[in-house]
Amino acid sequence: MANTIDLKPVSEFISEDAPARYVYDMSPEKHEIALSTHDLQVYYGDNLALSEGDLAFERYKITSLIGASGSGKSTFLRSLNRMNDGVATVKGNITYRGVDINTKAIDVYEMRRHIGMVFQRPNPFAKSIYNNITFALTQRGVTDKQELDEIVETSLRQAALWDEVKDELNKSALALSGGQAQRLVIARALALKPDILLLDEPSSALDPISSAQVEDTLLELKNQYTIIIVTHNMQQAARISDYTAFFHMGKVIEYDLTRKIFTRPKVALTNDYISGNFG
Amino acid sequence: MNAKTADKLATGIIYTISGIVALILVAMLSFILVRGVPHLSWHFLTSPAKAFEAGGGIGIQLFNSFYLLLLTMLISFPIALAAAIYLNEYARKGRFTTIVRTAIEILSSLPSVVVGLFGFLLFVVKFHFGFSILSGAIALTFFNLPLLTRSIETSLAQIPNLQREAGSALGLSRWETVIHVILPAAVPSIVTGVVLSAGRVFGEAAALIYTAGQSAPALNFGDWNPFNISSPLNPMRPAETLAVHIWKINSEGIMPDVSAVSAGASAVLIIVVLLFNVSARKLGAMLHKKLTSA
Repeated sequence: MANTIDLKPVSEFISEDAPARYVYDMSPEKHEIALSTHDLQVYYGDNLALSEGDLAFERYKITSLIGASGSGKSTFLRSLNRMNDGVATVKGNITYRGVDINTKAIDVYEMRRHIGMVFQRPNPFAKSIYNNITFALTQRGVTDKQELDEIVETSLRQAALWDEVKDELNKSALALSGGQAQRLVIARALALKPDILLLDEPSSALDPISSAQVEDTLLELKNQYTIIIVTHNMQQAARISDYTAFFHMGKVIEYDLTRKIFTRPKVALTNDYISGNFG
Repeated sequence: MNAKTADKLATGIIYTISGIVALILVAMLSFILVRGVPHLSWHFLTSPAKAFEAGGGIGIQLFNSFYLLLLTMLISFPIALAAAIYLNEYARKGRFTTIVRTAIEILSSLPSVVVGLFGFLLFVVKFHFGFSILSGAIALTFFNLPLLTRSIETSLAQIPNLQREAGSALGLSRWETVIHVILPAAVPSIVTGVVLSAGRVFGEAAALIYTAGQSAPALNFGDWNPFNISSPLNPMRPAETLAVHIWKINSEGIMPDVSAVSAGASAVLIIVVLLFNVSARKLGAMLHKKLTSA
């Protein structure tokens, strides 16, 4: 694979006076920004779980969020489409298409159709494969059978599941294997034609083969979707993402092009993490 | 005593105790069935009771029991479902929720005879419903509501949160997720709970003695207009149920074959309740299988 990255320890690159933080300058002149956050803070009760969340995500790229458990990366991700509503307090701005979506005035249900999400454990509905994909659409008034059929086929193809299930679309989705179920869930999210796809450790509950299939799927999807993925698997981050953000103790420590993060990180802490010294 | 002996001893004691529980049930069931089943016949199951002569049946009481059960479920299921959805899907921890939960707990521990007397004062006397199926159904609703609510709530709570997250991540509102995702997934276990509670309602006597009454007027099974007094469907007629009938004839029955009628009626009651229990599990398992496979 062209973008495979050599993961040997890179401590020799880190100078003595490494900066404490480094955030890549995603200038709007040079990059098309799909989503950006400004001063994002997340509280669980009085507990500050995330601060200094300033990130911009480039369109049609894959961005990985890495960091140890409890570093705030999932909290950050779940804030992006307001899945933390009612769970945590999120302060700050999340800008999508020039609009701050972290305000009361936003219709979160409508917004989530543009910013979809896939979770760690596959969560298909207790419905048929077909209905899993069409359900959210029919709730929004898409009832034309032919249109639905097309959407089902397209999204299952995009999720690389079509060939495996095309003859049993009426089978219960609960009968699928873990890897198939996760790809079905991705297809289900894609059926709404979102702009941005958020994935929270989508392959950590899967075996290596299914995991590789999900990765291939994501690489395919990159041409049409902006993807932000939380992962514990650093090889995965290195393999599939264009940008990587390293989270530590609720802060973004370093955000840069993936190849830079994995070959010559600017911050000593990042280097410690990717070379396996903690986390 | 070393760990291994202690374990063996404890296992032995637990097995014995469980065995005793099962034995009590088996003994009671076989006593009732052995005594009652020989008296069962189509005639016994379908003909009306006789007060002074032998050869009466339990037809009307049996019908009353099922009709009362149906009405009770029609009233209590929607209320229990709504309450359970509120408690499990919407309620946040707070004073109001605590009060509701405490109320349900207290309601479920009220003795059924108290519920019956309350129903007598309020519905039979105050609201002039008289001894009627309606009074009985409302009293049974009070009796059934807390258990049914609790059982539906448990069914909903068993659906993993992942399903709710899946719904909201697709831009579905909480209501849409509850109605179209959570409820369908919970149907097998809700059905099991409903049928099990139906078994309990079917066998209830104390709450009905002063509400649905202790008399079973003759019914005209050719008349299905619910406004006619002799129609089986009339909810305002007094309706002695099977369980009440058993209590009644055992305390003041004067027909010559009273012990045979009592034994037969008890056997029927037990068989129906057993059928409810078995079918509840079968039905739940069947629906679950249907939902999770082809």
